[in-house]
Amino acid sequence: MKSAARIAREVQSGETTATAELEASFAAISRRNGELNVFLHVDQEGARDQAAHIDARVARGEPVGALAGVPIAIKDNLCQIGVPTTCSSKILEGWRPPYNATVIDRLALAGAVCVGKTNLDEFAMGSSTENSAFGPTRNPLDPSRVPGGSSGGSAAAVAADMTPIALGSDTGGSIRQPAALCGIVGVKPTYGLVSRYGLIAFASSLDQVGPLAKTVLDSALLLEAIAGHDPRDSTSLPEPSPSLVAHVEDGVAGLRVALVHELVEGADPEVLEAVERATAALADAGATVVQLSIPEIRLALSAYYLIAPAEASSNLARFDGVRYGLRVDAKNVTAMMEATRTAGFGAEVKRRIMLGTYALSAGYYDAYYGQALKVRTHMIDAFARAYREADLLIGATTPSVAFAFGEKTTNPMAMYLSDVFTIPTNLAGEAAVSVPFGTGEGGLPIGVQLLGPGRSEARLLAAARVLEIADGRP
Amino acid sequence: MSLPHGWEMVVGLEVHTELQTATKMFCGCANAFGAVPNTSVCPVCLGLPGALPVLNERAIDLAMAIGMALHSTISPSTFHRKNYFYPDMPKDFQISQYDLPINAGGYLDLPDSTRVTIERAHLEEDTGKSTHLGGSGRIHGADRSLVDYNRSGVPLVEIVSGPDIRSSTQARLYASELRAILVATGASDGRMEEGSMRIDANVSVRHADEPFGTRCEIKNLNSLRSLQRAIDYEALRQVELLEGGGRVRQETRHWDENLGATSTMRTKEEAEDYRYFREPDLVDLAPDIAWQDRVRAGLPPMPAERRATLSARLVGANDAQLDALEVVIDLGLDPFVHHAIDAGVDPGLALARGANELAAGLEDIARLNRDAFSATLLMEQRGELSSTQAKTVLGELLAHGGEPGTVAAAKGFEQLSADTLGTTVAELLAQFPSEWERYRDGDEKLAQFFIGQVMRITNGQANGKAVVAELRARR
Amino acid sequence: MAPPLRREDVAHVARLARLTLSEAELDMFTEQLGQVLEHANDMSALALDDVVATAHPFGLTNVVREDVVTASLERARVLEMAPDAQDGRFAVPQIMGDAP
Ligand SMILES: [Zn+2]
Repeated sequence: MKSAARIAREVQSGETTATAELEASFAAISRRNGELNVFLHVDQEGARDQAAHIDARVARGEPVGALAGVPIAIKDNLCQIGVPTTCSSKILEGWRPPYNATVIDRLALAGAVCVGKTNLDEFAMGSSTENSAFGPTRNPLDPSRVPGGSSGGSAAAVAADMTPIALGSDTGGSIRQPAALCGIVGVKPTYGLVSRYGLIAFASSLDQVGPLAKTVLDSALLLEAIAGHDPRDSTSLPEPSPSLVAHVEDGVAGLRVALVHELVEGADPEVLEAVERATAALADAGATVVQLSIPEIRLALSAYYLIAPAEASSNLARFDGVRYGLRVDAKNVTAMMEATRTAGFGAEVKRRIMLGTYALSAGYYDAYYGQALKVRTHMIDAFARAYREADLLIGATTPSVAFAFGEKTTNPMAMYLSDVFTIPTNLAGEAAVSVPFGTGEGGLPIGVQLLGPGRSEARLLAAARVLEIADGRP
Repeated sequence: MSLPHGWEMVVGLEVHTELQTATKMFCGCANAFGAVPNTSVCPVCLGLPGALPVLNERAIDLAMAIGMALHSTISPSTFHRKNYFYPDMPKDFQISQYDLPINAGGYLDLPDSTRVTIERAHLEEDTGKSTHLGGSGRIHGADRSLVDYNRSGVPLVEIVSGPDIRSSTQARLYASELRAILVATGASDGRMEEGSMRIDANVSVRHADEPFGTRCEIKNLNSLRSLQRAIDYEALRQVELLEGGGRVRQETRHWDENLGATSTMRTKEEAEDYRYFREPDLVDLAPDIAWQDRVRAGLPPMPAERRATLSARLVGANDAQLDALEVVIDLGLDPFVHHAIDAGVDPGLALARGANELAAGLEDIARLNRDAFSATLLMEQRGELSSTQAKTVLGELLAHGGEPGTVAAAKGFEQLSADTLGTTVAELLAQFPSEWERYRDGDEKLAQFFIGQVMRITNGQANGKAVVAELRARR
Repeated sequence: MAPPLRREDVAHVARLARLTLSEAELDMFTEQLGQVLEHANDMSALALDDVVATAHPFGLTNVVREDVVTASLERARVLEMAPDAQDGRFAVPQIMGDAP
């Protein structure tokens, strides 16, 4: 499949049309969606209208955006007017939002064509897309394995060449981990860089929308299109979208890169080896390499699995059968709410709501939630110290390559542990990229993670581009 | 009412007031009372998945104005989520200020010069409104309820007093003074009957100088009258309970206006666990000095100061006039009265017309300008309008606007010229010689008889004082 | 260190969260949530009394909007989402008590 950058260029020049590219995307979807369960909904009519609209503008010589005619897959936790939006939950089945997420509006402005909504772990809670109420998504590279999660559908859409780019959301690694397991690029932007308005919240202080793409350049194109201040999101950073595409080829000469012990600790040897080779590749490109230990990272998992469920328990209270979505009737309103929520939420969502409710409840707040917020501060400080010694940090995205279905579903703690390298970035509100680098067991891709301070996306993408080239994708 | 000898009640009030903003607290939907159900709603105030709140700047201005009027300290503050499930609350949590309110501390001096401390005055959002079907239309016994979210997300300020109130009369005084302050700041319209101001009362009793007793919180106080009755009822209930050897249970109680009684709503053990935590979708609020100064500069004089200013112009006022003064201050009509006095109207007349005619036409007060009010009263004072006519003209100005002279002319209130009045009086004297005789002999009561006759003949267009002047001139 | 999670705690939390749990689910959640909380005890060893809690990664303040009316949703579109509606309002079964 063509890259997003190429499609946009060719649509603008008239070499191809948005409609032709969209039909190619539909064809790819119909070839493999039955097998992989990537899309929960394909918006044939809406996408065709949007493509025709772009083609008409080109025909009239009117300007079109940087993503003109590029088909894009949307994680099904982003609201799009009139298009079913489920969060892969029975509780929202059939709901069609009456409003657009800001990122959907920005995509339209950029000329992208939203093809449909992709599968995820219910309410983005999970690391394998096995928690979807509508069945798991399969890894296009090995359908016996998971694509990662929670943005497993979006990662699989790109890996299976259904669309060149996709939107995901990352609360504890939900973009980077599936990107790693599917062999593509995933970016978790700085908290506040991309608007959360219209992203169905999992954990508000951690959630960020971000790109998944085959190439670093396409990630930069997509992130540049969706980033920038949004007055509808109070936590949105005040500045406009940064310049990213222009800096993709900046290289790493003169940058200080730190290989962080705790970001490879416990990883499979083949993963560790890939990270070491990637570090060497950055050194070859002119970076100075140091080794660093950030012990506070070991506490990230504990803090995250209290903060995220606590916020989620409150964010998901609104699914009560009163205003939208599922209702299970009962004799009084309290019983109705309880019956609706009991029938509508899956096991993992219930588990996290329970955990979060407990962490916030009277008598336990200080020991759990309060302490977790302090650990969060502690970790932010630790990262700040690290960034005085290095411009970028490097480590693994995941401890292993894609795992098999059912391997971790019986033990939630084992599943949670697979997020150990990605979670710290969310807690710190900083930026990170996962870029494919080499392969491991069964020829499956390995993801290397680059971490930077807030607003360091341009630097991170330039470094990721160096690794992309070194891994043989010039 | 007074409690049995030796007992004292201790009362603290929590007053919720809706703020008079154009839009809701966190979204651009109109803050409109009485709109068609569910027409002033959007993804934010309906709690749709993915929607996010953004603070209304004006709500913060008004909250600070309230704080300044109550001598609070404007403080850096945060917002929390108060989590509980209820169908009129779209997100199943309420965004409210918790440990760090925008206004901390303060006090309110009552007209009887009691100082009531203010613990805090914080921002929060209102809920939607339920209508109950079947049963009695009340919540209990209804088999189905309907919810309108127009009110959901309307900005509220909750003002919490210290336990400094010692009688139901004082509680009423506090509520009414606070209402006048809220109206003065422009924060609220103070209408309890429309629910834009709602009060909960914390009531306990004790023997004087003993520590505070166990308190009960009374909800559903929809008028000053209910407030006073409910506090009296509750305090007496507690005294009787204690005197009978019982104990007061800490609980929330519901006031039933028809029964004139409170009843248990929820005991302390049944209290919700609200799981408060910082609202992650909002950032800290820390109005700087410039912002605070801008709000302070726009703050009008408060009722206590206005009361003092106006009463200084009413030397030797009688009780009725003191009551009228309260009405005028309470309703914010004192600028009219001052304007009229400045224009040369007798202070007593200005006060009376303000407390009666203007108060009755409060809904339409925007149509009446101060010049028109003063001009009407001056016409009355000069005898160009009778008092009945002056009242009619004010009513007309309130209802339709206009100029007093034009209105009076259109009503046919053209004063009788002195000549015409003289002729009329002369004719009457000829017609009623014996009455004229008695008046001339000093029976002043008969002046009233002649005024009546003149009024009859002129269809009320004459001025009583002018008639008396005519009579005296001929005596 | 917080006390270990008991089965009755889990039942209480389920009520707060408006979830009905079967006996088997109660057992399962007691065990699984217990594991997560036990893992979280690694935090309690830290002396963080002087550390300020972070609720937000960045210290933005005073983010406000102007008090200007913007378009509301169309009522038909709003009520179309409702599982049950009557007389232009959202309909729910009997409400058992006043709001807390
Ligand atoms: Zn709204």
